[in-house]
Amino acid sequence: MNWHQIWEVASAPDNVPIVALLFLVPFYVWYAFRQALENDRLIDKLSADPQAAKTEYRKTEPWNPKWEREVHTWPYLLRIELVAAILVTALLMVWSITLSAPLEEPSNPNVTMNPAKAPWYFLGLQEMLVYFDPWIAGVIMPTLIIVGLMVVPYIDANPLGNGYYTYKQRKFAIWTFLFGFIGLWVLMIVIGTFIRGPGWMWFWPGQTWDAQRVEFAVNRNVDQIFGINGSWLVHFMPASNASYAPILARIIFGIFPILFYFVAAGYGVHRLLLTTEFSRKIFKRMTLLQMATMELFLILMLSLPVKILLRLLLRIKYVWVTPWFSI
Amino acid sequence: MAEENGDKKSTGLLDRVRRDVTDLKETIKEKGKEELEGLKEPEKTQLFRSIFRVKHDETPRNRALSVLSNVFFHLHPAKVNRDAVKYKFTWGMGGITFYLFIVLTFTGVLLMFYYHPSKVQAFRDILYLENDVPFGKLLRNMHRWAAHLMIIAVWLHMFRVFLTGSYKRPREFNWCIGVLLMVLTLLLSFTGYLLPDDQLGFWAVTVGTNMARATPLLGTEGPFGAMFGMTPYNDVRFALLGGSIVDANALLRAYIWHCIAIPLIASIFMALHFWRVRKDGGISGPAPVMLESEIKEEKGHRPVILRPSGMV
Repeated sequence: MNWHQIWEVASAPDNVPIVALLFLVPFYVWYAFRQALENDRLIDKLSADPQAAKTEYRKTEPWNPKWEREVHTWPYLLRIELVAAILVTALLMVWSITLSAPLEEPSNPNVTMNPAKAPWYFLGLQEMLVYFDPWIAGVIMPTLIIVGLMVVPYIDANPLGNGYYTYKQRKFAIWTFLFGFIGLWVLMIVIGTFIRGPGWMWFWPGQTWDAQRVEFAVNRNVDQIFGINGSWLVHFMPASNASYAPILARIIFGIFPILFYFVAAGYGVHRLLLTTEFSRKIFKRMTLLQMATMELFLILMLSLPVKILLRLLLRIKYVWVTPWFSI
Repeated sequence: MAEENGDKKSTGLLDRVRRDVTDLKETIKEKGKEELEGLKEPEKTQLFRSIFRVKHDETPRNRALSVLSNVFFHLHPAKVNRDAVKYKFTWGMGGITFYLFIVLTFTGVLLMFYYHPSKVQAFRDILYLENDVPFGKLLRNMHRWAAHLMIIAVWLHMFRVFLTGSYKRPREFNWCIGVLLMVLTLLLSFTGYLLPDDQLGFWAVTVGTNMARATPLLGTEGPFGAMFGMTPYNDVRFALLGGSIVDANALLRAYIWHCIAIPLIASIFMALHFWRVRKDGGISGPAPVMLESEIKEEKGHRPVILRPSGMV
């Protein structure tokens, strides 16, 4: 085992934020969930006792009817901001004195860095390049992430949980976000940083990053598995165009698995939206446009883990091959 | 003068001076005392009031005015939800993000004094900064780590806003502005990556902009790009780099985006973001919990295009 390798990656100054994320994200998930569960207990209590619901403060914070509901910004908020600013400055000072920003050799187009990695916050996208062509991983997916995040408030038809932590009242929204943020974004960054070595190959922690290592790509396309060669199409085509038959056959064939995925994933997502009585109630409140948008984005989001599984389990490279693009 | 004093015996110059000096002794003592008293309460002085515009008494009115009548503080409301000032609800991440933006602007401006965005100079400037400029290394380190920290703070801010459901009505649009601000933060960091002109930045930007080549329709290697007439010399990557390779023009473009254009755009969006926080009723909570039984049913005709108007 080569633990020096993993130490080298983890202690690189530019990777400090990712190491920090490894601690910060679990901490804040715990911190949020502790408050969410606390609120959920209060919600249970108030639901069981409608009389209390009318008189209670409805927060887990301590409350005395004699207290003011609001406090003056000066000094109660401004002093916190001052302290926060001082703490952040102190942290930055210590960090900047102890660790130096990396500076490599002068840029040189003739000497390729191996591995050539994007800045850490884009490593999720770079990791996606393993599973998708650049036009999807580098252009379509980022666009979908941005647009998908922006439509969130407009497709979330659940009026509960506005302004307080809760798990019980927003299970679906919270699981979706955790899956996207932690499972598909932070985890991909962690993989891109710690696992991907030279040639963007997979190196387990403890393995040496061997620049000489060679991997034999044995991936195949779905149409190759099914042996699509267009031999039956030739009969329907003019003889002069017969050479296009395999290409055409692959284009036509590829549409079916994609369609199948959209229908199957769409139905699966739809079922998921109708799991509990509460979620059915929320679903009823959604308009057609909300429903369609939400299901579309969920289907597209799920396509990433599905493609990862197809690659890892079935060694599939492309599902749909055309002369212009491949998926 | 002599007539005014009604003094008969002493009209000599010496006497007059002596008398004035005695008077002055008295006045100085008095005025000095007054001045010392004033120092005990600096907030009552003319100087203080000319700067802060209002008196500073221990009254609710003046506590409110000290926020409202101060250009830097007036982004705040005069009063806030008593539970909102606790760390556990907001985690302070939005404010920390803004503070880091200020730190980055400050250190960034100082760095600009020592940096030329040209292929010949850029890398040497960094070496000069690291080895010869007093505190230059500290300056560069702070700029870099503050940038990383800002990205983490932005993500955690978004995480908190999501988990508290703060994007819900009436804050939907402010969430969208926030998403754009996050993208701008990432772009700010990314454009800064190239500026030291070292191998790290060069290859990171090469990898990053190579993806632009694959843009559908607008990239030379993207789907339908070639059909659309795209070549390496007119596609979207060319526009980003100002050339077909990461070179002098790319450095200059990254510099201008990094130091001028994106900070300006981000500032405008930030102003909008903060203004909307206020207009939408301040920060979202901690709000009293709502119960399932309190969800109002939609009555009659439901509004189309997006969502029903929701609760309350």
